[in-house]
Amino acid sequence: MTDYNMMEMMICSASRELEDGSTVGVGTGAPCAAAMLAQKLYSPNLIIIFEAGGSSPIIPEMPISVGDSRTTWKAISASGMCEVMEMGCRGQIDYTFLGGAEIDMYGNLNSTMVGTDYYHPKVRLPGSGGANDFASFCWKMMVMTPQTTKRFVEKVSYCTTPGWLSGGDSRAKTGLPKGVGPYKILTNMAILDFEPESKRMRVIALNHGYSFRDVQDNCGFELLQAKKLTENHPPTKEELRILREEIDPFRYVIGR
Amino acid sequence: MDVIAQGVGELFMDPDADKARAAFRQKSRKWDNKVMSVKEAVERFVHDGEYLAFGGFGCNRIPAAAAHEIVRQGKKNMGFAGNTSTIDFEILCAGEVFNRCDLAYVIALEARGLSPMARRYMESGKVKICEWTNYSLAVRFKAASAGVSFYPARDMMGTDSFKYSAAKMIECPYTGTNYVLLPALYPDIAVIHVHEADIYGNCRIRGITMSDYDIARASKRVIITCERLISTEEIRNDPNSTIIPFWCVDAVCEVPYGSYPGNMCGEYYSDELHIKEWLKVEKEGGKNPEVLKKFLDEQIFSCQDHFEYIQKNGGMAKMQALRQKELLLNGAK
Repeated sequence: MTDYNMMEMMICSASRELEDGSTVGVGTGAPCAAAMLAQKLYSPNLIIIFEAGGSSPIIPEMPISVGDSRTTWKAISASGMCEVMEMGCRGQIDYTFLGGAEIDMYGNLNSTMVGTDYYHPKVRLPGSGGANDFASFCWKMMVMTPQTTKRFVEKVSYCTTPGWLSGGDSRAKTGLPKGVGPYKILTNMAILDFEPESKRMRVIALNHGYSFRDVQDNCGFELLQAKKLTENHPPTKEELRILREEIDPFRYVIGR
Repeated sequence: MDVIAQGVGELFMDPDADKARAAFRQKSRKWDNKVMSVKEAVERFVHDGEYLAFGGFGCNRIPAAAAHEIVRQGKKNMGFAGNTSTIDFEILCAGEVFNRCDLAYVIALEARGLSPMARRYMESGKVKICEWTNYSLAVRFKAASAGVSFYPARDMMGTDSFKYSAAKMIECPYTGTNYVLLPALYPDIAVIHVHEADIYGNCRIRGITMSDYDIARASKRVIITCERLISTEEIRNDPNSTIIPFWCVDAVCEVPYGSYPGNMCGEYYSDELHIKEWLKVEKEGGKNPEVLKKFLDEQIFSCQDHFEYIQKNGGMAKMQALRQKELLLNGAK
């Protein structure tokens, strides 16, 4: 069996989710690596969009910033924040890939602070960036994150980025664009989605070598389980080769 | 239109469009030669207590030279718009320049990790924060650029990002759908680094424009730093390329490599080793403040200008290597 680490598993798994010809808004790091891998292997016409204005580049190597010049390399357009987010708000961005320090059972994300008092946080984190905006606008939000109880929490300390909020139809009532919300969560152990009625997180596929129990033991809330769990295959040799040699030779992301 | 909900955050700047119009009415439309040094521009146009905005995004096309000068001149008690502000934010934290911040994304340097110095400053209790998102801050500049007091948008709703902002929510009078209203943000002073400008301040940018089209128009005063001066004839030969017109601009400073150690699209890549060194020293500075102080003295306070800073960090040979890296020439990685 091929050797691979947790980050490689998540990136390869994520790269298989983006169909050819779709549009995806990505952040730096793992989400960008997944989109690049998809473009090189599965979806040559994938349109990668960066919040700072880079649109549909042919990315020569991993950008370090979502605004650096790699995000406009052979791009079709170099614009700005409003142009990109307006494309999302109009309904022309299919996917977004995000991360966060905490995620809860409805897919709400926290990247702002850890603690119980906003004004006196235990740890101050960077804030929303474009995450809240992408998650508000892009049709299907996906999250890549390691499966740990520290990250998968009953309730996020601070809801930076909207998931299904408090579940059911709570999101639809806010005024956020209709029909938009969390779609899949990709971890090192499993693929999860959201049960359509309650909007609670649900395991639908297990990564090679993991059981539902493993996933549940590394989650801070009760998970639902799809009727039939499928197995998500490990990274292929081809995926790993491209990821390691062409996308992230300096191991910025996969070396974490 | 009734307000349905509103955030608890403090509005640091007055969104009143008529007050802004009165200020813009006074702004010169003369074809004055505005070329001056960064030192002079910061002395004349950046004042303690005012609200500051920077152009660029992350580590890209940032006004690094001007940020160093603002710190060197010891500007204090400013407001700041933290719209994915990373290395420039770190520099301002080194000087504790601001005490209030409209915040969308700060502290971290994207894929490079967190700035310990910026985090310490933001957790110190010395900075008042109002929470936003990247797009909502961009829309606030856009509203100001359009000369109105707010713009509607569809983000933020249902989240703590709304709760701790100064946004309001209303029902659309046409459709009944909820919208957030984002208050216009008219900064007192903006500094934007561009590729090319003429002596009057007509500017060209390559690569992403981020929010700089709007920031330049929304700000009461604007300092431009540019990689190089070009002739006005060149501007007139290609008017489509003008991103910022001269009547928005108060000062033009020619600063080659002015975004260093940040990236400048088509010119030079970011200096990742130097950025890493900053983060390493900042971390050590948590235990031993003298180490950090010595480093900042060397890198910022003792430098006469940006050239001296670059000279201390590899000079022209470094710039050559970063140019090759930017353009992926000669096998550069």
